[in-house]
Amino acid sequence: MTDLAVRTPVKGRSLWGDAWGRLRANRAAVVSAVYLCVMIIACVAGPWISPHGFSTIYQDYVRVPPSFKPYPADDTIEKSLEGAASRARVEIAEWREEGESVVARVTSSKTIDERITRYFDRTSAFENATAESRSPDGMQLTIRAQIERHRFLFGTDNVGRDLLTRTLIAGRVSLAIGLLAGLVAVIIGVLYGATSGFLGGRVDEVMMRIVDILYSLPFIFFVIMLVVFFGRNFVLMFLAVGAVLWLDMARIVRGQTLSIKRQEFVQAADALGVTQSGILRRHIIPNTLGPVVVYMTLLVPQVIILESFLSFLGLGVQEPMSSWGVLIAHGAKNIGTANWLLIFPSFFLTTTLFALNFIGDGLRDALDPKDR
Amino acid sequence: MLGYVVRRFFSAIPTLFLIVTISFFVMRIAPGGPFNQEKGLNPIVKANLERQYSLDQPLWKQYLDYLNDLLHGDLGPSYVLPDFTVAELFRAGLPISIQLGASALILALLVGGALGVIASLKQNEPSDYSVIALATAGSTIPTFVIAPLLQLTFGLAFAWLPVGGWGGGGLSHKILPIITLALPQMAIVARLMRGSMIESLRSHHIRTARALGLSDLSVIVKHALRGAILPIVSYAGPAAAALITGSIIVETIFSIPGIGRYFVEGALNRDYTLVMGTVVVIAVFTILFNLIVDILYATIDPRVRYD
Repeated sequence: MTDLAVRTPVKGRSLWGDAWGRLRANRAAVVSAVYLCVMIIACVAGPWISPHGFSTIYQDYVRVPPSFKPYPADDTIEKSLEGAASRARVEIAEWREEGESVVARVTSSKTIDERITRYFDRTSAFENATAESRSPDGMQLTIRAQIERHRFLFGTDNVGRDLLTRTLIAGRVSLAIGLLAGLVAVIIGVLYGATSGFLGGRVDEVMMRIVDILYSLPFIFFVIMLVVFFGRNFVLMFLAVGAVLWLDMARIVRGQTLSIKRQEFVQAADALGVTQSGILRRHIIPNTLGPVVVYMTLLVPQVIILESFLSFLGLGVQEPMSSWGVLIAHGAKNIGTANWLLIFPSFFLTTTLFALNFIGDGLRDALDPKDR
Repeated sequence: MLGYVVRRFFSAIPTLFLIVTISFFVMRIAPGGPFNQEKGLNPIVKANLERQYSLDQPLWKQYLDYLNDLLHGDLGPSYVLPDFTVAELFRAGLPISIQLGASALILALLVGGALGVIASLKQNEPSDYSVIALATAGSTIPTFVIAPLLQLTFGLAFAWLPVGGWGGGGLSHKILPIITLALPQMAIVARLMRGSMIESLRSHHIRTARALGLSDLSVIVKHALRGAILPIVSYAGPAAAALITGSIIVETIFSIPGIGRYFVEGALNRDYTLVMGTVVVIAVFTILFNLIVDILYATIDPRVRYD
C-alpha cells in the first residue's frame, strides 16, 4: 500500500475560513484589531486598577497639567500645610519632612484640640495625621502626617478629577453604547429588511416606502425627540440611537435577500421540498451575514460619533458619568487654559474610530472578494 | 425639461406635507411645553400665555392653523424668544449660514475634486496613498474634534486667527469655520472623485481619445472628467442642503449667529414654531438641491433625458 492511497481528501475551504485568511493578511486591519483589544481591555480594567476614582475630587489639584511627577511636589507641601493650618486656626511654627511623612509643630494663642488633625487629613496632600506630642500648656501640638503621593499622568480636570481614569471610564461608556446600539440597529434592520425582501410584493413596497419617508426626515430631529422622550437616561439613549440607525441596514439586507431569493440554489432547495423557513434559515440568512457583519463594524464608529455628538450638546451621558463626547466638550471649553483636557480624549476617540474603520474595511475586503 | 421641473415641483408638495405633519405630531407627543420651563410660573399667567399662542386649542385645530399659516408663508412667532418671529430669526441667521456653507462647499468641491483627480492619475503611487490617508482622516475625525483642535492650533498656539465669534463678518472670522465645515466633505469628494475617475479612465471612449492622439490634458479634462463628475454632482446636492442650513457643532464651537443652533435650542425649549420652521427650511433646501442635481445631470450627461 502506498502513501497515496491513504491521503485524505482535499479539505474544502469555507467562506468564513477563506475570509479569515484574507483578513489576517491585511496588516492595517490586524494592527487595528490589536489596538482595539488593548483599548477595550484598558477601558474595562483600567478604572479598577487606577488608584483614582473617576469621580474622586482632589480639591488641591485643580487643572494640574499632565506629568510623571507625583503630587504634592516638594515646593507645594508647605502651601498645603499652611492651608490646612489656617483652616484649623493654628499657625505652623516649624515643619520638616521625614521620609514619606511630614512633622509639623503648630501653635495657637488658645489651647489646641487634638482633633484638628482632621483638617490635615482633609487635604489631598496628607493622610493618617496624628497628634504626636502636646506641650504642657496645650498651646503647641506636634502633628505627624503621611504624605499622600498622587500621579496624574493625563493631568486633572476643572474640579480636580484624574483625567486618565475619566478618559478610560468614558471609553467604557462610549464603546458600550457603540456596541449595544450597533447591535440594536442591526437586529431591527436585519429583521425588517429580511421580512420585506422575503415577502416581496405589496408588503415589500409599503415597508420600503416607510423607510424612505423616515429617511427624508431630519435625522438629528428624531434623535433629539427620542432623547427628550426617554429623558437623559443612559440605557434608553443607546436604544434610541440604535432605533434610528437601522434604516441603512434594512435596505442592505432587503437587497441581499431579494437577490439571493432568485438564485438557482434557492430554487433547487425549493424544488427538493425544503420548507420556506428552512430556506430562510439555511440559505438566506447565512448569505446575508457577510454584509451585515461589515456594516455593523462600520456602524459602531457612527454610533460612537453620534453619542459623542449628543453628549457634546449636553443631551447625552450626564455627570459624574462621562463619555468621550462629554470630555471633548469640556476640553473644547477650556482650550485656552488646559489644552490636555481636549487633547487626550480626542486622541482616544479618534484612534478608536480609525481602528474600527480599518477593521470594517478589512472585513469588507475579506468577505466580498468581488469588490477587490 | 420645463415640464419635468414643473412636475418635480408639484411632486415635492406631498413630501413636504408629510415631513411637516410627522414633525408636528412627533414634537407634540413629547412631554413638556414651551412655558413649562420657567419655574414658578403662575398657572393663570401660563394659561394666558397658552391662550395667546392658541396652545389651548385642540391639537388638530392647531395643526390646521399651522398648515394654513405655512401656506401663507407665515412661520409664526417664536415662543421662547418672544420678541421675534421665526421668519425674523431666519432672516438674520440664514445669510450667515448660507455664506459659510456655500464657501465650504465650493472649497470642498475644488480641493477635494483636484485631490481625487491627482490620486486617480497616480494610482498606487505615494501621492495616491497620501490622498487616501487624508480622505480617511477627514471622514473619520468628527467635526467636534477638528473644530477645537483648529482653534487650539491656529487660534491659540500660533494666534493667527480669532478663536471664535462672527466679528461683523470679517474674513478672518470665517476661515476656521469654513475649513471645519469643508474638511469632511472634501474627504468624501476626494474619495468619490478618485473612484469614479479611475473607472472613467478605463472606459472605451478614453482609450479611443488616446488612440486618436489627443493630449493628456485634453483627454483628462474634456473627456474623463465629464464622465467622472456625475457621482460628485449627486453627492453635492444633499451635502449643499445640509451645509447651508447651518451646522450645530460649528456654530456652537465658533459662536456664530447662524441658524444651525436653532434646531437643538428649539427642540430643548419646546419652541414648536422654531423647530417646525427649521424642519421646513431644511426640507425645502433638500428638495431644491435634489432638483438642481437632476437638472445638472441632464446637462452633463446627454444620455439622461427627462421627457
